[in-house]
Amino acid sequence: MNSALIIIFAVLLLAIYSGIRAQKGKEMTMEQWTVGGRGFGSIFIFLLVAGEIYTTFTFLGGSGWAYSKGAPSYYVLSYIALAYVISYWLLPPIWRYAKQHRLVSQSDFFVSKYNSPILGILVAAVGVIAIIPYLILQFKGLGIIVSEASYGSISPAAAVWIGVIGVTIYVMISGIHGSAWTAAIKDILIFFVVVFMGLYLPFHYYGGIKPMFEAVEAANPGFLTFPDEGLSVSWYISTVLVTVFGFYMWPHTFGSVFSAKNENVFRKNTVMLPLYTIMLLFVFFVGFTAILQVPGLKGADGDLSLLRLSLKTFDPWIVGVIGAAGLLTALVPGSMLLMTAATLLAKNVYKVMAPAASEARVAKVAKLLVPVLSLISLYFTLSGGDTLVTLLLMGYSLVTQLFPALLFSLHRQPWVNKYGAFAGITAGVLTVAYVTISKVTIASVFPNWPAVIQDLNIGVIALLVNIIVMFGVTFVTRTLLTTGRHPANAEGTPTI
Amino acid sequence: MKARDWLGVLPFVGMLGGVPFVNQVEPYVLGMPFVLFWIVLWVVLTSVIMAIVNRLDPRTREEEHHG
Repeated sequence: MNSALIIIFAVLLLAIYSGIRAQKGKEMTMEQWTVGGRGFGSIFIFLLVAGEIYTTFTFLGGSGWAYSKGAPSYYVLSYIALAYVISYWLLPPIWRYAKQHRLVSQSDFFVSKYNSPILGILVAAVGVIAIIPYLILQFKGLGIIVSEASYGSISPAAAVWIGVIGVTIYVMISGIHGSAWTAAIKDILIFFVVVFMGLYLPFHYYGGIKPMFEAVEAANPGFLTFPDEGLSVSWYISTVLVTVFGFYMWPHTFGSVFSAKNENVFRKNTVMLPLYTIMLLFVFFVGFTAILQVPGLKGADGDLSLLRLSLKTFDPWIVGVIGAAGLLTALVPGSMLLMTAATLLAKNVYKVMAPAASEARVAKVAKLLVPVLSLISLYFTLSGGDTLVTLLLMGYSLVTQLFPALLFSLHRQPWVNKYGAFAGITAGVLTVAYVTISKVTIASVFPNWPAVIQDLNIGVIALLVNIIVMFGVTFVTRTLLTTGRHPANAEGTPTI
Repeated sequence: MKARDWLGVLPFVGMLGGVPFVNQVEPYVLGMPFVLFWIVLWVVLTSVIMAIVNRLDPRTREEEHHG
């Protein structure tokens, strides 16, 4: 075992140990666990929201896309900053309503707004299905880190197993928030590692940022701007919009909104949070530097570029620190995703179907679901060859389908009813599923349409289908229900 | 919509609407290709704009007095 692996495993053990420590002497109810008693101020929410975003994706996926696609990777920087802008107007009403009705999960919000537990089950299911690719992404990242840091002595598949077992143990022991200590160390470590690498590597190999970009442009003309077709400007704009709308629709992000002390916390954070995304710029610098230094990584292997370049440049112990930072970026969000998915299934699906189940039983079911979800994600991790960005975009297309039903419920007098919301979300999710499985694109269906339309993110189409079905079904059922009030017709009304 | 709400539209206009017109490498600014610099610039401007929005919003000032 080399010193890189020793450092990585030491950090993993430390994280599990601190999880055990955090657990001792704290008997918390599910409510306190998930929303922290609604007592978090600006700084804590800042860390929570900022920390959730920086996962293995940021680290390996961001640099991987800069390496293999170039300019299209810039979309990541834009969508995160713009999502914070939206939060100024979106989060306060969500927070107010959740506080008033003592809600703890995203699914609760839809149940309460639309007065429909069945809609809650659908929302929970969509959330969990969207979380799976996000989890796969974390596991894949873990596998990459462990196997690369072993200098090839541990195979990627074995590394994924090690990573998944580590995360599962961590979650089952430490619960939803793990220890605040691990999360804080993760944010500090990743910040310094990323800024250090983003500056050191281009200066080391090229003598600066500009010479590095010039060398890349000379070797691959057009790589640093958006192409005319494919991942074009039109793709960029539509993808940013879809991901901005989806940003707060992730069950774990939506849930963290509830933990704020007051609604001004969100408004104030919109000033600092966009600046924090600049960190991604340094991740891009690493990916761009790697292009000419570790060439030949094709397809999903682009995600290896950051670590391959580190192996080439640094001593094993520095690779160990980089790997450890990467491990924490997978561990902390990965555990949050796993626990959120398990809790949603237990509370908003199992409990609805078995109303007699006690609180303790629901908690037990949630715990048992953790390894089940791990294994499902593990299966897909080992069988699929998608890049980290592809996985993230798939998850985003799914959660974004919850956005219209949320937005139209915020008005005092909801614009759509539960039938419309149910049908719209279903139609949107089915569209995403069909497109993902059949791999159709707008270009393959309408080969003669201009590239501006062909390159649109398919999530936009799914959103349009979603909204049209939502208003259509709302209109039809409202008409039916109004006629249905006539006593002779009362039995014919659909019940959801 | 109030004036501060319209300010929230600006980052979208700059970061999304502006990109088709600045999709080029030259000139390099701060070492970055121009389109990347443009996006980074707008991330910084987003922070500035949101600071102004916060200033204009009586709801956020209210809280300062109460601590």
